[in-house]
Amino acid sequence: MTQEFAIEANGLVKHFDGVRAVDGVNLAVPAGTIYGVLGPNGAGKTTSLRMLLGIIDPDSGDRRLLGNPSPLKVAAQVGYLPEERGLYPTMQAREAIAFMGALRGLSLAEGRARADRLLEEHGLGDAARRPIRTLSKGMAQTVQILGTIVHNPKLIVLDEPFSGLDAINQGRLEALIRAQVAAGATILFSTHVIAHAERLCERIAIIVGGRVQFEGSVVDARGRLRPVVTLVTRADEGPWRDALPADASRDDRTWTFELPPTGIEPLLARLIAGEAGIETLSIERPGLHEAFVDIVGGSVADSMDRAGEER
Amino acid sequence: MSSLRAALVIARRDYVATVWSRAFILFLVGPLIPIVFGLTFGSVGAKMQGTAPPVIAIVASPAEGQAVMAARERLTDALGEGALPEFKLIRPDVNGTALLAEGKAAAVLSGLPGTPTLRGSRDAISAHGPEMEWIVNEIQRDASLKQAGIALTAVKLNQIAVADAARPAESDRATLARAAQLLLLFLTMILAGMLLSNMLEEKSSKVIEILAAAVPVDAIFMGKLIAMLGMSLTGITVWSAAAGGAIAIFLPGLAMQITAPAVGWPIFVALCVVYFMASYLLLGALFLGIGAQAGTVREVQTLSMPLTFGQLIVFGFASVAAEQPNSPTALAASIFPWSSPFAMIARSVLKAELWPHLLAIAWQFLAVTAIIRVGARLFRRSVLKSGGGGFWRRLIGRSSRAA
Repeated sequence: MTQEFAIEANGLVKHFDGVRAVDGVNLAVPAGTIYGVLGPNGAGKTTSLRMLLGIIDPDSGDRRLLGNPSPLKVAAQVGYLPEERGLYPTMQAREAIAFMGALRGLSLAEGRARADRLLEEHGLGDAARRPIRTLSKGMAQTVQILGTIVHNPKLIVLDEPFSGLDAINQGRLEALIRAQVAAGATILFSTHVIAHAERLCERIAIIVGGRVQFEGSVVDARGRLRPVVTLVTRADEGPWRDALPADASRDDRTWTFELPPTGIEPLLARLIAGEAGIETLSIERPGLHEAFVDIVGGSVADSMDRAGEER
Repeated sequence: MSSLRAALVIARRDYVATVWSRAFILFLVGPLIPIVFGLTFGSVGAKMQGTAPPVIAIVASPAEGQAVMAARERLTDALGEGALPEFKLIRPDVNGTALLAEGKAAAVLSGLPGTPTLRGSRDAISAHGPEMEWIVNEIQRDASLKQAGIALTAVKLNQIAVADAARPAESDRATLARAAQLLLLFLTMILAGMLLSNMLEEKSSKVIEILAAAVPVDAIFMGKLIAMLGMSLTGITVWSAAAGGAIAIFLPGLAMQITAPAVGWPIFVALCVVYFMASYLLLGALFLGIGAQAGTVREVQTLSMPLTFGQLIVFGFASVAAEQPNSPTALAASIFPWSSPFAMIARSVLKAELWPHLLAIAWQFLAVTAIIRVGARLFRRSVLKSGGGGFWRRLIGRSSRAA
């Protein structure tokens, strides 16, 4: 493995039926971090992840997974949860987890022992010997997630892991992701729910139309936008108005505008001198959602929001 | 993890899932049903025949009766047990015709020794007239010899076996070669066909992506082939044991009547197993590769007919090897991977050399590896992509809605 990066991708390109599904994707996922890949449906996230994992080969470009250019050679150190969940319906829960472990190099006996322990820890001890087809969707999804980590992988790749989970299970999954990182793993996950990425990720890549539109830390993404000032005054009018930016929006005596490049102190001094009668003043850094809208455009963000609500 | 180990993990899962299912019991029992039915009805038929043998009532004095039974015994020795009807001796003062009316006898023989007369239905006369004529003549010959004071002694026949000019060994072996080819074709056809739909479970349950992310697709294909081959060999072992048992019980001399193959029975049986495996893997790898491109059961069903047809053409090609083992066509059939097992099993019956078999087996298993590689490559290229429909559906240009 390259010292700093668990995943490196340079110029990955993939065509399907003449369509350029992925168009020169570059990624660098630092080891020991949580990294999010954001983008609307059809952006090329899943195809990019599949190329990184060696499920499919890129038409051009190269990738290194845990320092190895042949991803399947390090498969024993990688866990993968695909977007389309899949388990054999007639398999018992513990057998399914042990089977997924065996695919990654664990012996079946060791896999079964770990499966029993993991199921117990996650409140599914009673379901260990039940066939998958008799489990609820949430339980089956938990079984699959446990199968993804049963072999203690160094790198865990999760494709839309929160999709289909209720709020409680989403919270549990977030906790599990944090626990894995605390234990030394690297997490790469794709999502189109920005809130998850904002809560979990240190770095993100935003993919739209098969291209990476932004790659960097969440702080950097949010830092693309100026902080927003919300001011409530007692006075309606007065000389203090000249201190506000020309594009400040007004709702009665509430004013909203971007923090001026000169900072808050000169503005505050002029408002006080102009007898604005400051009732409240807050400065807020814009969220990742606003940064995302700024990066990809409003229409793409709206389509993602709609897709997220449908799920 | 090595590809072989990965293949074995997948094979184990598939084998256990298949063998531990109720459907597998049906799979095992299915081919035995016709045999069981045949044996059961055959046995019942034999019993029915055994419980009602035809009876001929013979009106005769005790001395005449003795002569009749002695003649019957001699003829039974010559013709075999069951060749003659049962005889029931009745005194001359008993009304024999009444037995006919009561259905207690098929026919009545009276008038011995001078004017023997057989009474009965037209069918009974037709069936037993000649036999009773033998008996009557035999009695008369005994009486004449006795009167002349001649006693016959039994002559021992010297029996010397020579080559059977009418059925030379080559002819018998050609028949055996064709039979071996047919058996191989039959088993391969009914068992390998299942592989056409074998990837559908993984595709419909979306497990395929988990497998493909963990192990090479070649290993997935190989694992599935090994599992299904194991299941097939399990079935064949059960069926062979049942068939062997039935033959040992009901046709004990059958094996002795079959001309031995040129390579000898033990090697022939071993080659049958190896060539079945090769044939199964060759066809199975092709079926698996083609079936893996299918997105739906309907596509699989559509594909099965042309593939079966192709199989029959290949078999026809290979059958030349049983007719003309030294012809260029037979050589070509031995080289073409899918016909090679059929051609070579015929060769093992007709020719004693073993080295061509070693060569052919190595070649066939090499071909299996190549087919798996091509199938896996196509699978990765055309199937594992976001939002893609089945390869065959795309090939024939139908929309997903239409399908």
